[in-house]
Amino acid sequence: MTTAAPDDRSPVAARGQPSNPPPSTTGAVVELDHVTKRYGPPGSSPAVNELSLTIPAGEVCVLVGPSGCGKTTTMKMINRLVEPTSGRLTIDGRDVMQLSPVDLRRRIGYVIQQVGLFPHMTVGENTGVVPRLLRWPQARIRERVEELLDLVGLEAAAYRDRYPSELSGGERQRVGVARALAADPPVMLMDEPFGAVDPIRRDRLQNEFLRLQSRVRKTIVFVTHDVDEAIKMADRIAILQRGGILAQYDTPDAILSHPANEFVERFVGADRGLKRLSLARVRDLELIRPVLVTAGTDRTDARRELQASAVDFALLADEHGRPLGWIRATDVDGQGPIDPERATPGASLIEPETTLRDALSAMLASSVQLGAVVDEDERVVGLISVDQISEVLQSGNLPGKTDATG
Amino acid sequence: MPPGEPLLRPDWVVNNLDVIGERLGEHLGMTATAVGVGFVISFALALMIRRHRALTTAVIGAAGILYAVPSLALFAFLIPFTGISFVTAEIALVSYTLLILVRNILLGLESVPPDVLEAADGMGYTSRQRLWRVELPIALPIIVAGLRIATVTTIGLVTVTSLIGQGGLGYLIVVAGINAFFPTAIYVGALLSVALAVAADALLLAAQRRLTPWSSARGGTA
Repeated sequence: MTTAAPDDRSPVAARGQPSNPPPSTTGAVVELDHVTKRYGPPGSSPAVNELSLTIPAGEVCVLVGPSGCGKTTTMKMINRLVEPTSGRLTIDGRDVMQLSPVDLRRRIGYVIQQVGLFPHMTVGENTGVVPRLLRWPQARIRERVEELLDLVGLEAAAYRDRYPSELSGGERQRVGVARALAADPPVMLMDEPFGAVDPIRRDRLQNEFLRLQSRVRKTIVFVTHDVDEAIKMADRIAILQRGGILAQYDTPDAILSHPANEFVERFVGADRGLKRLSLARVRDLELIRPVLVTAGTDRTDARRELQASAVDFALLADEHGRPLGWIRATDVDGQGPIDPERATPGASLIEPETTLRDALSAMLASSVQLGAVVDEDERVVGLISVDQISEVLQSGNLPGKTDATG
Repeated sequence: MPPGEPLLRPDWVVNNLDVIGERLGEHLGMTATAVGVGFVISFALALMIRRHRALTTAVIGAAGILYAVPSLALFAFLIPFTGISFVTAEIALVSYTLLILVRNILLGLESVPPDVLEAADGMGYTSRQRLWRVELPIALPIIVAGLRIATVTTIGLVTVTSLIGQGGLGYLIVVAGINAFFPTAIYVGALLSVALAVAADALLLAAQRRLTPWSSARGGTA
């Protein structure tokens, strides 16, 4: 009888007209108020202890901590796979204990490490599970499945009728995410979703997921034991310590620059200064103007330009502006055109989206401590230097982060 | 066996096709009844065990004892209550299916990976929906494997019930064959019984493959 009520917040009722891009219910505020979970009798040590957290709508909150810190238990209390012993959990102000567990779970996306796709259902059927439970009409489920597979980068026509056993690990994980998004839930719970994928694919899935999240803007509770993953994925990180005690709850930048206590400091690691560099991207830096030369450039011209420039290397590029290698200032003595044979090959190519940490690693790995920042056609748009990044490290101010603390 | 009697008399087979057909039908009917009733009882027992784990040993133990009782002894025990009848025969046949079926249904349900169960709960399946839409379909190959063993075993056992006036093809073997010293009937009964077992087994396997296309999709398409 509540389904027709005008104030019904269910995503099903909220989704009316189909359109492109996928209309979506954006996140809801998730609030934990002095939540405690005890598996043993009263008085025994709790798995989660008096935990209070407010997760703003549309943000990614990463629960991180060593094993036994209660992070998974905390997450599972939100969809009542684990019942809290005491305290209050609300989603958009509604107490989860007031809803039946089944109704609650159909409104919350759920992704687990082992994915848990149903082996007897095709990719399409797996994706449409929750809409079927919610009794959407067939045509609408079909349409939604297509839209979702597209959203997670799987071509519907090619994948819809395959069984999970015919997919790679990464493809399964994407179907898992599509399935969790199916009924357009305001909240998603993700338990180590990329934990079973190899590091290279994990990085790609993480990036894809962040892109996806920037479109769907769900409230996401994400559990991991990997600090680097937490820093990368989170708008806010909740660091839990053994016994389910909240050690710190803040933005990744604040946690790295001002760890609340010794536990947090040890947990994020001694290289937290370096880790902070993952929070800023090359596009946030002021790029250095390069001295671009080609195989035909006259040495006198190159010399003059280098003298006027802040850098000691000219960048040798092909006729399309794609970098080939570095030419040392001392190698442009004498007359005549530049000799490409004298270039130090292999300039580090860096994309504007690269994190400062990755850019630093790339530059330190090459003999010239400069990086060529390139656009999507690999044409040079500017340079960055190791010095620029060490300045960031010393000053403690992350570029592009001044307004992102709230 | 009278001297000079051939092992197989084709003319007898041709002249008695109606009797043979009737016995074959009876054999099939008794098997289907036994396996059908056995399956319903086993399914109920398996669900009961799932809800109350403590019953496992008791139920499996009881089914094991039933399985171990010699059929002749079981007939002797049942005749005072149900007489020399179809019911007596079926009670015995059903008893022999229980151990195999209960165990395979449980094994099938246990074969469902824990992450699949967790995902099903997390998606918001009710426990009944989870059982019918997730667990049983995934358990199906193992359940059907149990049904195949139970069916083949039962087809063999039906012949023994000819001792209490039932028996299907067993009638041909025991009454028309052994008792009358007539080898042709023995051969016909035995061959048809074996053929029936092989055919039933193949049919169940084909049905399972058809119902679970996903289980043969394993390995992938590269």
